[in-house]
Amino acid sequence: QEKEELIEEWQPEPLVPPVPKDHPALNYNIVSGPPTHIITVNGKECINFASFNFLGLLDNEKVKSAAQASLKKYGVGTCGPRGFYGTFDVHLELEERLAKFMRTEEAIIYSYGFATIASAIPAYSKRGDIVFVDEAACFAIQKGLQASRSNIKLFKHNDMADLERLLREQEIEDQKNPRKARVTRRFIVVEGLYMNTGDICPLPELIKLKYKYKVRIFLEESLSFGVLGEHGRGITEHFGINIDDIDLISANMENSLASIGGFCCGRSFIIDHQRLSGQGYCFSASLPPLLAAAAIEALNIMEDNPDIFQTLRAKCEHIHKALQGISGLKVVGESFSPALHLQLEESCGSRENDVKLLKRVVDYCMNSGIALTQARYLEKEEKCLPPPSIRVVITVEQTEQELDKAASLLKEAAQSVLS
Amino acid sequence: VNHVVHNGGLYKRPFNEAFEETPMLVAVLTYVGYGVLTLFGYLRDFLRQWKIEKCQNATEREEQKDFVPLYQDFENFYNRNLYMRIRDSWNRPICSVPGAKVDMMERVSHDYNWTFTYTGRVIKDVINMGSYNYLGFAQNAGACQEAAAKVLSQYGAGVCSTRQEMGNLDKHEELEKLVARFLGVESAMVYGMGFATNSMNIPALVGKGCLILSDELNHASLVLGARLSGATIRIFKHNNMQSLEKLLKDAIVHGQPRTRRPWKKILILVEGIYSMEGSIVRLPEVIALKKKYKTYLYLDEAHSIGALGPSGRGVVEYFGLNPEDVDVMMGTFTKSFGAAGGYIGGKKELIDYLRTYSHSAVYATSMSPPVVEQIITSMKCIIGEDGTTVGKARVQQLAENTRYFRRRLKEMGFIIYGNEDSPVVPLMLYMPAKIGAFGREMLKRNIGVVVVGFPATPIIESRARFCLSAAHTKEMLDTALKEVNEVGDLLQVKYSRHRLVPLLDRPFDETTYEETED
Repeated sequence: QEKEELIEEWQPEPLVPPVPKDHPALNYNIVSGPPTHIITVNGKECINFASFNFLGLLDNEKVKSAAQASLKKYGVGTCGPRGFYGTFDVHLELEERLAKFMRTEEAIIYSYGFATIASAIPAYSKRGDIVFVDEAACFAIQKGLQASRSNIKLFKHNDMADLERLLREQEIEDQKNPRKARVTRRFIVVEGLYMNTGDICPLPELIKLKYKYKVRIFLEESLSFGVLGEHGRGITEHFGINIDDIDLISANMENSLASIGGFCCGRSFIIDHQRLSGQGYCFSASLPPLLAAAAIEALNIMEDNPDIFQTLRAKCEHIHKALQGISGLKVVGESFSPALHLQLEESCGSRENDVKLLKRVVDYCMNSGIALTQARYLEKEEKCLPPPSIRVVITVEQTEQELDKAASLLKEAAQSVLS
Repeated sequence: VNHVVHNGGLYKRPFNEAFEETPMLVAVLTYVGYGVLTLFGYLRDFLRQWKIEKCQNATEREEQKDFVPLYQDFENFYNRNLYMRIRDSWNRPICSVPGAKVDMMERVSHDYNWTFTYTGRVIKDVINMGSYNYLGFAQNAGACQEAAAKVLSQYGAGVCSTRQEMGNLDKHEELEKLVARFLGVESAMVYGMGFATNSMNIPALVGKGCLILSDELNHASLVLGARLSGATIRIFKHNNMQSLEKLLKDAIVHGQPRTRRPWKKILILVEGIYSMEGSIVRLPEVIALKKKYKTYLYLDEAHSIGALGPSGRGVVEYFGLNPEDVDVMMGTFTKSFGAAGGYIGGKKELIDYLRTYSHSAVYATSMSPPVVEQIITSMKCIIGEDGTTVGKARVQQLAENTRYFRRRLKEMGFIIYGNEDSPVVPLMLYMPAKIGAFGREMLKRNIGVVVVGFPATPIIESRARFCLSAAHTKEMLDTALKEVNEVGDLLQVKYSRHRLVPLLDRPFDETTYEETED
């Protein structure tokens, strides 16, 4: 009887709280037409400084015709996961090409960029293992770590001294309990070029720490693949490190390769394990063949024109210099990073007001023909929330005049809005 | 002998679902089989350790030999010794459109499946009973393909940005309006990957202090989404409404485990069609329970959208219920629409909230434009807006194929699980050796089937699974049935003694399983 009353009385919360109509993230920009170099946003034609189309391959005719040929042969979807008739010869070819390009033994493809690192980490690191991860790691890495249920130890962004301190503390712990230490796996997860700050990670020091403390390194190269290095092979080529020293390299194909999906590459010993225990690989449909064919063609172009990487880096340096000295905004990121942030020099007190201020800068630029966007985060879910910023993306298709126009427009906008 | 249920007038149509019990002798022999394999596994591991037998596994680098081993030896025991023997039944590469008939690349292994080589030959016209192609939209010619080709040449293949930044194309908005219209809900949102739709949106809807009641046999994406959310998870027996009701009563009366505070929200996670069992969720009863106890319902229609219902609108239409009763309608486009990606449909407040707070909208790239176009064209075809009756014809063809195929298989004497109307047909094999044998024999006869064993199914209940398609003609089905009959006699898998145990009468025990985040 009492139970019936309790059941009657219980009132749940509404399934979702109402979202105010003017919430900054609710009203999306609508892009009509392809998101290429000249983009039509909300009806206005602008130069695109917001899509991660670093090598300009989104619009490339060869890539599109390769995808068309694949569409004519295979249709659109694969109608099955890799294990059940979802493996196409295009997937096998793409995996081989990626492995050859990165000069590793094997590569594995995922059908979604976010799922790549979020499935790779829990495949190796389980409950009881220890993962040292940089504070500025992107959200996909954070979700992968959460799914793995391992012990997470955050070290300050790019601070090798802090990491060494944590490793030494762990070593002392191990000496107290050598039996447990012998079965606890340890990993360091870093990004080549950080999405949240535009910095590069000091890989040579990390390799030294790896062999000193016997930790494995997982490197996430979404931003640095196709950008750093003489041939675009990423941060290992940039620093001249032997690629076998990195246990796992994961990247998504959605930035430089202008396709969809992601891949992991490394030695067969490591990669093969994901074919049975990578959740996003085993339980999800495989990548549509037309996207795989587009990625293969994009790789071909990357291999045939190795000078675009130098061109891209030169443009990044150019705009990095041009954006210095804007009153009220500071540039955050390496000079050769194609995705940098513009943060407010002085916050006006609350995050909400900062966001509103930056929105006015972005709107000013959009009205004058430069498409920009604010970097979006889930404020309550991020472990270390970066400050609000405007994201500036440099692509190989932008000309010097356009870069200068963007810089001067940003100066104007900052002056008119922030002073 | 089919058990027909018209439970208190909740069901407007007969619900025929049955799971025949495993014959005792077969169960014993299966355990013996696994026992023998395990013993052999230990023996082979012993030989490999003492270097009597060559170890063909990839090994760790010389420089890293003193690192903590990456894999526990036991973790890979199953992989090395059981899976490796029958590995050729999976990951079979194909080289044509995955329609009703498919071309497979021939591959051989000279070292007992440790490595494969491709002979270069192609096995043509294998009848495809393994791809999820329910309405036959996996085509490389026709209206869908032409529309997708046009969009591809206009928009390109990728998008290079997230929904909230610069990746929201007008095509996405068009698709979302169409999906909402198709489902009969206020509004919808689409995502690039079906798996990610679950794992990134369940955490946005529930969190700590909430309760998730999840079916025993839910898909890995639902389990991962539930775990990532941080809510308490309790599991109820598969499709068993008494178990669910008991859990609901207990939860509301007792509150949260230690503090006894009332739960903030309760969410029930079910699927439309369960892909390993072929069973359909008892939706009328679930909705009645949901209304009585004021909980929320999350329905994953990955397999049932397009495949059930007189006009293909999924399990809600199949039972004649109101789509507004389901709080969150989720589904994927991979199976019936021949594309990729997932969607969530529901009330406008829900979708607005997801647009702001879903992990996928903020951090993950949006859907590729030609894929979006494929879904738009195929959905319009199913609704009938393209001016033809092709869509309706396909839905009816699928229903006919399903009934015919299941009836014939049951008559032949196989144990078939699941609901009579579900296009997923699991045929029980039980013994480990028969898994490999069935797959290989069917391929020899030019029919491609999917076999599943542990860990996707309980260890003794391995099965072969047929996925029917509207593209299968009666001749193809008859050929397939003839071959299945032959192979069934050859392998002696016709276990059925026609003693069906209706699901409602199965007793359930009082234990409940609870998973909490610690």
